[in-house]
Amino acid sequence: MEQASFLRDRLLPIGTVLLALLALWYVFVVVLNAPFERDQAARAGGTIGFMELLPKTMAQERPVLPAPHQVFAELWDTTVNKAITSKRSLVYHSWITLSATLLGFSMGAVLGVLLAIGIVHNRAMDRSLMPWVIASQTIPILAIAPMIIVVLNAVGISGLMPKALISTYLSFFPVVVGMVKGLRSPEQIQLDLMHTYNASPAQTFWKLRWPASMPYLFTSLKVAVAISLVGAIVGELPTGAVAGLGARLLAGSYYGQTVQIWAALFMAAAVAALLVIIVGIAHTRVLKRMGART
Amino acid sequence: MNLSVLLAAIVFWLAAWAFNEWLVRRKFVNPAADRAARIAVPLIFGATILVLWEGIVRGFNVPSVLLPPPSMIWVRLINSVPTLWADFRQTFLKSVLVGYALGCGLGFLVAILIDRSPFLQKGLLPLGNFVSALPVIGVAPIMVMWFGFDWQSKVAVVVIMTFFPMLVNTVSGLAATSHMERDLMRTYAADWFQTLVKLRLPAAWPFIFNALKINSTLALIGAIVAEFFGTPIVGMGFRISTEVGRMNVDMVWAEIAVAAVAGSAFYGVVALIERIVTFWHPSVRGGQA
Repeated sequence: MEQASFLRDRLLPIGTVLLALLALWYVFVVVLNAPFERDQAARAGGTIGFMELLPKTMAQERPVLPAPHQVFAELWDTTVNKAITSKRSLVYHSWITLSATLLGFSMGAVLGVLLAIGIVHNRAMDRSLMPWVIASQTIPILAIAPMIIVVLNAVGISGLMPKALISTYLSFFPVVVGMVKGLRSPEQIQLDLMHTYNASPAQTFWKLRWPASMPYLFTSLKVAVAISLVGAIVGELPTGAVAGLGARLLAGSYYGQTVQIWAALFMAAAVAALLVIIVGIAHTRVLKRMGART
Repeated sequence: MNLSVLLAAIVFWLAAWAFNEWLVRRKFVNPAADRAARIAVPLIFGATILVLWEGIVRGFNVPSVLLPPPSMIWVRLINSVPTLWADFRQTFLKSVLVGYALGCGLGFLVAILIDRSPFLQKGLLPLGNFVSALPVIGVAPIMVMWFGFDWQSKVAVVVIMTFFPMLVNTVSGLAATSHMERDLMRTYAADWFQTLVKLRLPAAWPFIFNALKINSTLALIGAIVAEFFGTPIVGMGFRISTEVGRMNVDMVWAEIAVAAVAGSAFYGVVALIERIVTFWHPSVRGGQA
């Protein structure tokens, strides 16, 4: 077999594709923003040459598509140059979203694991609950998000909790499905061995089923953490745009601040990547401690 | 507090639970009866939830602004069929179906196109996996700005959301055949196209259908959420956000019920087609899923 090489198999292909995307982005910046500049020139009573038009398309106040460097300038400006406590700081908004995500994610993970344990140990629960767990995901819960927020607000629960509940609902599903599979992954021989040891159900669970389910748990946690961030962002949309990444998106779309939207979008992507990477690191750590080879 | 209603609901819950336990433990000789029991168990569970919901809402006199009882939602659903149908047509038939077809089709085509270039695959796959984990829904405001308020912008959001899962799954599905099978095709002197159509595409169907199923729910979510950012005065997302503002919670729940039924039916149709196309797969032929 060929030796895997980081440069040849990772850096070069991914780098090429990224560069191509970046180049494509710049082309689209010119194409999409040019009509506005031509309009301006026509209004001033003249025409505008391509070489004049080119730099102008990249520095518009409210471009149709902001150029990458504009987005990164905005990102830099709102993360580094602003105090973290300032309402204009993207770090502040990210933290609001992140705290709701983390709370919802932990509740969803715990709920998912508990449901999975119930489903594996009780046949009536398996038969009656499992189809509904699956059906619950075909319901576009994100559509219910505004109502959950408004209703909980009316009861007097506001702030973090409603958003976290939406994240919980979204993230429990992958955990349930993954954990049911994982807790059932020990084979009959292994279960029989536990039986010959006269192991109690609790011992079978803690010493066989639980460790065997770890790879499944972390795979579904990765999906769950990404989706709970989506839940938190969407949960911020109907709150009247107070704070958070979702609020930044909404405010940006109301006032036509495209650069702000794109900056919030990139920040959300960065947060999502960070969360998935953290879960990935925890995954390899746990597997290593359990003696798995990487 | 209305104690008798609450008690009745709880009694019904316990009875249904006991009946389910009995049904699960019983062994049926007749296979038809066994199948009926399998279907009945989740249905009874669902009915129990509805009865408990109704009982708790009526028992504790929960104001219907917070949580309307199912019967009230049903009445509202029946009474506003024309509105619901218009919303359904705008959101589901236009945005979701068109976007779903375009997004899945594009993902599939691109996967086939980059199939012959390992370089592009290595470059695009990690990116595709990465993008699948991102909150793609955030592009909704941008798409609304670019393509206007009508359904075209929702189609664009749905296309972007469904494209990457399809791309990633198709590429890994096309790689699912083993060397032995591909070598066999070579000994038959099959060219790239024949190998693709006769061996690798059939082997990729389970992966492709996996993406189609994931996308069926993603598409509906994308279309509804995109409507929060601006829409003409029709559509499921529009109706939900405005009726919430007017505190017509029963109408919101009716809309959610429609969305749930539409989403489940969509998923069910895709799953049904999967069973027909991949009849040879172990998970369809019986045994464990």
